[in-house]
Amino acid sequence: MFISIFGSIEAGIFYAIMALGVYLSFRVLDFPDLTVDGSFVTGAAIAAMLIVSGYNPLIATVIAILAGFLAGCITGLLHTKGKINPLLSGILMMIALYSINLRIMGRSNIPLLSQETIMTKISQLSERIGFDQVMSSLFTSLGFTHLPRTFGIVIFAAVVTLLIKFLADYLLKTEVGLALRATGDNKKMIRSFSANTDNLTIFGLGISNAFVALSGALIAQYGGFADIGMGIGMIIIGLASVIIGEALFGTKTIAITTLAVIGGAIIYRIVVTLALRVEFLETGDLKLITAVIVITALVAPKIIDNFKEKQRRKRKRTEQMKVAG
Amino acid sequence: MLTLKDVSITFNEGTLDEKKALQRTNLMLNSGDFLTVIGSNGAGKSTLMNITSGSLLPDVGNVYIENKDVTFIPEYKRSHYIGRVFQDPMAGTAPNMTIEENLAIAYSRNKRRTLRFGVNKKRKQMFKEYLETLHLGLENRLTAKVGLLSGGERQALSLLMATFTEPNILLLDEHTAALDPSRAEMITNLTGDIVKKYELTTIMVTHNMQQALDLGNRLIMMDKGQIILDVAGKEKNQLTIEKLLNEFQRIRGTDMVNDRALLG
Ligand SMILES: Nc1ncnc2c1ncn2[C@@H]1O[C@H](COP(=O)(O)OP(=O)(O)OP(=O)(O)O)[C@@H](O)[C@H]1O
Ligand SMILES: [Mg+2]
Repeated sequence: MFISIFGSIEAGIFYAIMALGVYLSFRVLDFPDLTVDGSFVTGAAIAAMLIVSGYNPLIATVIAILAGFLAGCITGLLHTKGKINPLLSGILMMIALYSINLRIMGRSNIPLLSQETIMTKISQLSERIGFDQVMSSLFTSLGFTHLPRTFGIVIFAAVVTLLIKFLADYLLKTEVGLALRATGDNKKMIRSFSANTDNLTIFGLGISNAFVALSGALIAQYGGFADIGMGIGMIIIGLASVIIGEALFGTKTIAITTLAVIGGAIIYRIVVTLALRVEFLETGDLKLITAVIVITALVAPKIIDNFKEKQRRKRKRTEQMKVAG
Repeated sequence: MLTLKDVSITFNEGTLDEKKALQRTNLMLNSGDFLTVIGSNGAGKSTLMNITSGSLLPDVGNVYIENKDVTFIPEYKRSHYIGRVFQDPMAGTAPNMTIEENLAIAYSRNKRRTLRFGVNKKRKQMFKEYLETLHLGLENRLTAKVGLLSGGERQALSLLMATFTEPNILLLDEHTAALDPSRAEMITNLTGDIVKKYELTTIMVTHNMQQALDLGNRLIMMDKGQIILDVAGKEKNQLTIEKLLNEFQRIRGTDMVNDRALLG
């Protein structure tokens, strides 16, 4: 139990980078970008391909990020210059990427188990500096018996994801970032303040998909393989993370919202892990579970708000009755 | 300063719905001119503004700003020189961003946007000082989302955002039309003050004849895509609503006062 929860937290933090990308397109740019299903795999495919070919995993990951950026830019071009509607631009790019990803990989699955990846480097490092031993004895003294292989990866995941979060927070507060947000908020307005909304949309989608590809590259190295089908439904998972996070932690400021999105991604993973432990559910039900989670996250806050509002009115009424009577 | 030369535009050409929104329109504004524009619905007033701002391209004719031909310069580049306030209070601001963020966006209008913070201490102070001139207490609500402001507050903010970087040209398209009378008056007075303070070259469209007479040093009346009356200076000062209506009747041979709104 502890191990599987620990694993879902680890994975959740890596997936959170993808969710931050989805946050940028869906929320900041108000652009429902379905490229994600493709660009996630592109990131994984490029990283896996390069690692298998003997490149340094760090360089492989950086190139994966650049490829994601490019994919996002093309979706942006389709929409702004080709005047194709946002959903369709994303879908077109998504299916185009499916073929491109197959070309990159040359087959539908690349295993990385015997390869040197960022994850193997991190767990070696974590063991060498004695971090694992410290954490293990800490958890053993707390009474846990089954312990994860390494504690280094979760720390690494947290550091990378927080770096990306702070990068996003910073970017969205710069002059360019403000224009980017206004592009999603009120295009007519930002055009009248001399911003090129086309370029901003292209740039924003580029950054968004760069995050997604980074997440894909890391997940491939974490999971030990890249697979042509690993991106299916990714957009919904990203959206689920954003919605769950926003519902639970709020959206008061950008910094809070991005943190909420990360929290949402982790919680999503934990919920899925727990759901799969239920007797009659099996791995194939995963997509259905995801759909149910998203629907719940979308509907529940409204129901709760409605309920609170009703209670409030009821209270007011009784108060008034008391005053009158 | 601003010249429109033989500008024409026709919408839906060749269909039943054909609309000659502007017909060989010529207009020349000097630096510091404050032009008010009146005319019935569909006269082409907004079209005139949109062609000036670049959100519409004319079929024929040219637009010059400071003797530079800007006819084909896209809207987002032209807005380096042009500040705009729209009729819809929702249109001129970003509702999900804060007051200070909106001001920061406006502050970048005539500058290159960089990767430096849009809002910093120094700018905050500056924004505060500008907001104080509105006398609406917005200077204490720098971090409030603009979507929470009332229509009048938003329009005042829009006006400030469009003007505080001192654009070469200010375009106001019925920017008080969506407000209740007292707020409209507040914005009208504010407009007069701001235009005077920065000596902005301004075009203001209004359906309120009194407002058109009170503000500015020049007035044009439009009808069916043409400028049918153009008065300036002393002559404008002596105009009254009655004279304007008579003038319209003399030129067009019909009565203008089917439209109650025109009387304001
Ligand atoms: N994008 C467009 N497509 C088709 N017709 C248009 C378009 N924009 C304006 N028109 C038509 O051109 C004419 C002039 O419109 P315009 O908006 O300039 O009028 P206006 O003087 O601003 O009127 P109002 O006082 O109602 O705002 C109208 O008949 C209008 O229907
Ligand atoms: Mg109009």
